[in-house]
Amino acid sequence: MFRNQYDSDVTVWSPQGRIHQVEYAMEAVKLGSATVGLKNKTHAVLVALKRAASELSAYQKKLFPIDEHVGISISGLTADARMLSRYMRTECLNYKYAHDAPLPLNRLLLKLGNKMQVCTQRYDKRPYGVGLLIAGYDDSGPHIYQTCPSANYYDCRAMAIGSRSQSARTYLEKHLDIFPNCATEELVAHGLRALRDTLPNEVELTVKNVSIGIVGVDTTYKEFAENETARYLSMIEGEERRGAPPTGTDPVAPDDGSENEPRDPEPVVAMDTE
Amino acid sequence: MFEVSALHNFGFPANSLDLLGNNEFQTINDDPIGHFHTPITTATSVLGLAFDNGVILAADTLGSYGSLARFKNISRVLKVNKNIILGVGGDYADFQYLKELVNGKMIGEECLEDNVPLKPASLHCWLTRVLYQRRSKVDPLWNNVLIAGVQNKTPYLGFIDKLGTAVKDTVIATGFGAHIAVPLLRNGVQKKPNMNKQEAEELIVKCMEVLYYRDARSFNKYELGIITPDEVQIKGPISIKANWDISQYVSGYE
Amino acid sequence: MALASLPHLSGMKKNDSRFNPYDDNGGSIVAIGGDNYLLIASDTRLSTGYSIYTRNQSKLFQVSNKSIVGCSGCWCDTLTLTRLINARMQMYLHEHNKEMSTPALAQMISTMLYYKRFFPYYVSVVMGGLEPDGSGWVYSYDPIGNLERSKFHAGGSSGALLQPLLDNQVGLKNIQNIVEESITLEKASRIVQDVFISAAERDIYTGDEIHIMCITADGIKEEKVDLRKD
Repeated sequence: MFRNQYDSDVTVWSPQGRIHQVEYAMEAVKLGSATVGLKNKTHAVLVALKRAASELSAYQKKLFPIDEHVGISISGLTADARMLSRYMRTECLNYKYAHDAPLPLNRLLLKLGNKMQVCTQRYDKRPYGVGLLIAGYDDSGPHIYQTCPSANYYDCRAMAIGSRSQSARTYLEKHLDIFPNCATEELVAHGLRALRDTLPNEVELTVKNVSIGIVGVDTTYKEFAENETARYLSMIEGEERRGAPPTGTDPVAPDDGSENEPRDPEPVVAMDTE
Repeated sequence: MFEVSALHNFGFPANSLDLLGNNEFQTINDDPIGHFHTPITTATSVLGLAFDNGVILAADTLGSYGSLARFKNISRVLKVNKNIILGVGGDYADFQYLKELVNGKMIGEECLEDNVPLKPASLHCWLTRVLYQRRSKVDPLWNNVLIAGVQNKTPYLGFIDKLGTAVKDTVIATGFGAHIAVPLLRNGVQKKPNMNKQEAEELIVKCMEVLYYRDARSFNKYELGIITPDEVQIKGPISIKANWDISQYVSGYE
Repeated sequence: MALASLPHLSGMKKNDSRFNPYDDNGGSIVAIGGDNYLLIASDTRLSTGYSIYTRNQSKLFQVSNKSIVGCSGCWCDTLTLTRLINARMQMYLHEHNKEMSTPALAQMISTMLYYKRFFPYYVSVVMGGLEPDGSGWVYSYDPIGNLERSKFHAGGSSGALLQPLLDNQVGLKNIQNIVEESITLEKASRIVQDVFISAAERDIYTGDEIHIMCITADGIKEEKVDLRKD
């Protein structure tokens, strides 16, 4: 495990202008299992890979409903995600109570971003160790947002986060042009293919380890039951896997473009894991 | 006697010391809530009518001080954004407060710079919460509010009273207009269910005239607010050309 | 001129000088629960005094797939209470991963009403829903949360007028030599329409239209029936 003198807490800058505690928190996102979000012109879809901590335990929940028009999938610390989802639920509910209308996604993200930012600036707090993919539908259409522990958030056409998610992003980038006009069913299938690309060769997607959430025009947010998931899984069954996943770990290359400058030791992982 | 007691109360009328003992509260301090629950400068009816692709509001420009026609050129029809207009009756000070509240909210929304315009149904609901919360503090904003607008290309017309009673309809009138104008408006709508803008305006103008003849707290100058998907218009003040010719035949009451 | 000498202000009488935070906006609700259905209906008139605010305001609020709240009385309280119920239903859904059951909703409404014991929601609530066994039941409340579970109830401005009629027609009370059996949905629907027509004859706060909602295992159906509009 790396250490250096500039990572004692989030209020400490390194001479290179970095905040190591925040960067460590960013690493926590990569420890969670992968999740994919993508959208067409009418719907936004979340697909997530669930892990079971052991043979004895159930699969960890990855998708959380926020309101009738928003759902999230998470990667990182589940407990932190629950705090954030509770916050988002409250904000949506309060807006709905006062305005009789769903909270527009960009406003939800603004509030969430502001909340998360506070933790990256105060010595008595720590950043949230979780990344979110937020799928929602409002008057301006379907949305996929990504949030980071650094409190940055991005409006995405498609995104994947979590362990080995680079492979999924590669898939998404390759097919980005066809998403906007593809049928919603096919969109889910693309999500599953992208997610499958993150898997090691010996692992398969099953109804047990996959969660699918969908929201869109005339579709309130819902997570598919196992039988529906099975139907979508059968759509990509037997296909040859494209873009075989790299054998190594996730490529981590935060390129700050300062190769000749003196550099802080770079964190590869924030903590030791199995 | 009234002159003297009024001085002791700094000229405030609501809980004036009544030496005859007719009032419930002997002094201001005896008011258990400590507020004056009474409107002071008041504005009369507001009319609202939805037509085929928009809504029209009307309200005169008079601020009454009891029976005294105190302010003759006040405005109480206002544009909120490109899909909402408001018309407000009741206490004028409370209206001005409400107007600032709505303006403040709109500035807050504007600052988000996200091009999500507030919709009439949302403002209707929000103002209902505001008025309800004030009534629940037993410190009401003494107003009737009409919210007119266009939502998803269809006309929206809503009403709220000082309790937070919210109603949505295609024909609404507050105050004396609820008695005088509503029957005329409903009659007009029944005869011609899908009026265009011009027909709706003519009907509303007719109602404002009738109200001017019949409502002692009304005035011969009024403003119109017209909202359609394409534009928001606040017209006026418009004068009513009243005809009192008949008055010379009224005799025997002197 | 002293302000107090203005007639509209100095002439205040004892009773009109205080602000009254309540209004009676009328409206009636009737609900009948059967072996496999729940029928609930309200009129659509909203009034104040001798004025009608609107002829098209249902007082029924669907709060889940299994239960409907009917609420009449002070309309501003109705709006607030039902908004809060809806919010609480969503919170429950998120916390428990399932919709709130009808008996749980019944208790929650009672608690919410009693929470405002000393500044009550001035409303008559009649809630109806299907219970886990599929049968329809009716829960009725007074404004401060007293709760009664029954097979049928009439509430609102015509409540006192209609309840004895329902006792007789639905509860089969005061009828001799009758076999007690649960009534069918068709019969319940006819009774509901009849009692509303009767109420509209005698109660100026009930009229315009009946909004009928029916919950069965197949889902929720709605219907509107005309009433007299004077």
